[in-house]
Amino acid sequence: MSENKIKSVLARCIPGLTSLAKKGPSGWMIIVGMVIVLGLVVMTAIGPWISPYNPSASNVGPSIAPPNSQFLMGTNVLGQDMLSRVLCGGSIMLQVAALSVLICFIMGVPIGLFSSYIGGFVDSVFSLVMDALYAFPGLVIAIAIAAMLGPGIINMSLSIAVVYIPTYFRIVRSQVLSIKELAYTEAARATGAKWHTILFRYIFPNVIPSIVVVTTINFADAVLTAAGLTFIGLGVSIDIPDWGLDLTKGRELLASGAWWVITFPGIMIILLALGFTFIGEGLSELQNPKLQR
Amino acid sequence: MGLRVYIITRILLTIPTLLLLLTMVFLIMRVLPGDPVDLHFERKGTPEQIAQMRQILGLDKPLWNQYVDYLWGIADIGYLLRHEYPNLGKSMQVTSQDVGGQIFSVFPATLELAIYSMIIASVIGILLGTVSSKSYNSLRDHLIRGFGTITYAIPVFFLGIVFQLIFGVYLHWLPVSLRINPNVEPPAHVTGLYTFDSIFEGNMVKLVESLKALLLPSLTLGIILSGVFIRLTRTNMLETLRLDFVTAARARGLKESTVTYDYALRNAFLPILTMMGLQFAMLLGGAILTETTFTWPGLGSYIVGRINYRDYTAIQGAVVMFGLFVALVSLVVDVLYAYFDPRIRL
Repeated sequence: MSENKIKSVLARCIPGLTSLAKKGPSGWMIIVGMVIVLGLVVMTAIGPWISPYNPSASNVGPSIAPPNSQFLMGTNVLGQDMLSRVLCGGSIMLQVAALSVLICFIMGVPIGLFSSYIGGFVDSVFSLVMDALYAFPGLVIAIAIAAMLGPGIINMSLSIAVVYIPTYFRIVRSQVLSIKELAYTEAARATGAKWHTILFRYIFPNVIPSIVVVTTINFADAVLTAAGLTFIGLGVSIDIPDWGLDLTKGRELLASGAWWVITFPGIMIILLALGFTFIGEGLSELQNPKLQR
Repeated sequence: MGLRVYIITRILLTIPTLLLLLTMVFLIMRVLPGDPVDLHFERKGTPEQIAQMRQILGLDKPLWNQYVDYLWGIADIGYLLRHEYPNLGKSMQVTSQDVGGQIFSVFPATLELAIYSMIIASVIGILLGTVSSKSYNSLRDHLIRGFGTITYAIPVFFLGIVFQLIFGVYLHWLPVSLRINPNVEPPAHVTGLYTFDSIFEGNMVKLVESLKALLLPSLTLGIILSGVFIRLTRTNMLETLRLDFVTAARARGLKESTVTYDYALRNAFLPILTMMGLQFAMLLGGAILTETTFTWPGLGSYIVGRINYRDYTAIQGAVVMFGLFVALVSLVVDVLYAYFDPRIRL
């Protein structure tokens, strides 16, 4: 039973992957990106079981030991095993990224849909506010909000989300404005379709592809912003292994030349952001055949 | 529409944007949960302390009153002329200094970092982007694009730390913090930009020292930003290289380098310039992290330092300053665009 289920799931996935691979470099970018992201998600999920030491336990080894056979990625100043911390350190970043993308999606997409469909004064006001927010340095806003809200996963996600809601709004709005004028929407209106039918059955499905691209890029941005907030001390303050936190703390050891406490968490953050960027770039190129030629 | 009319209209259009921005900052600092004064005392302040601080900062007044005071303070030209900085309120620190004064004394450091990073990002971005578009779909193109994508995914402070580790700690080539060697007296204040002030002073030692201190931070920020510039240049060049006038230039037997740089790049340059202006906000975000990494005493370090003291008036002032800076840059870019491309004024 379960074996059949797995087979059917695999069968559904594999043709998807092979058809992606046939689409050339951009297809491969998506595949590589997905492998990286899924790999990191799985690693974080099973991290606590596969890590050789308790990632939060101090003095499992000597302080600031370089990588060796016992501690493959060395130890930090508290004598914690870096490998274990790297294996478990993705959870906060993944949670913050997922939550902030979700908030952006829930806020940005409906506001964009309604505002541009209604048009007129409402649309002008929303556009003005969103444009002002969009033009502002994102990290500065995130810092101001995070400083007001205080530490915590939800607060961090909220402050990141505020920055990227305008991106969703703008992309949805620009799409709706052009789709609204197309003949098939007009035809639907002529047949007497209600506004919500037109908006959700006719317009929304055609906006989805661009939203998907924005979402994946947003994931990468959220990861980097979360790392940035952690770096300046606005992260989750409790001592859970976290790549951003380890990188920040590792910086204090800079003068000692302990490269391993910085490099490994840093590479993990880069990989996560890179995975999402690959997916986003691949998708946007598949949708934009003009640039492919 | 003449250029002058366009500039005036554009400046007038900046005012509602600024007003909106100031309002948003105000709302973020007042309406969001979390009482600044309470947080400032880390929830341990006595009622008297809190009441006193509220009175000093004017937080005991009704919200609309605070809003008017806040806007009025920033718009107070008389204050600006007297102090040479706008009225952004008093710091929440015990000494209660003017936030405007503090911000204006650290701002040149950020400006200098921004200028040099922008130069580095533009040079790398435009050069690699052009090369990439010329060798479309070749290995070189893929490598350059890969570089662009990776710069996008690297946290700016991580690159900074790696540079500090390699060039500062291991090789001892370059300083890893501050704007100038602490043993060298900073140049006399003219613009506040150390490299420019050193030139005005005619002091080569100071110029070299400040350039050395600038190199790692601006390289860090410049490289991170160059990825976006590479992509912008590449896309715009690819579109331009396909246009008829490029083909015509080739048909006339012009050298390929002339066609690329004098014909195509020159025409692709305006949209690139506009996009670069838009990226300026991103540069400032990166500047905060770069400054923190290199203990660069600018606006970014200021805001981060104030966060640790829970100095909310200072944070508010710094955020406003960042906003003004971005608005000013986008104004300049638009005016430049109108100057170079008269069609935009229609």
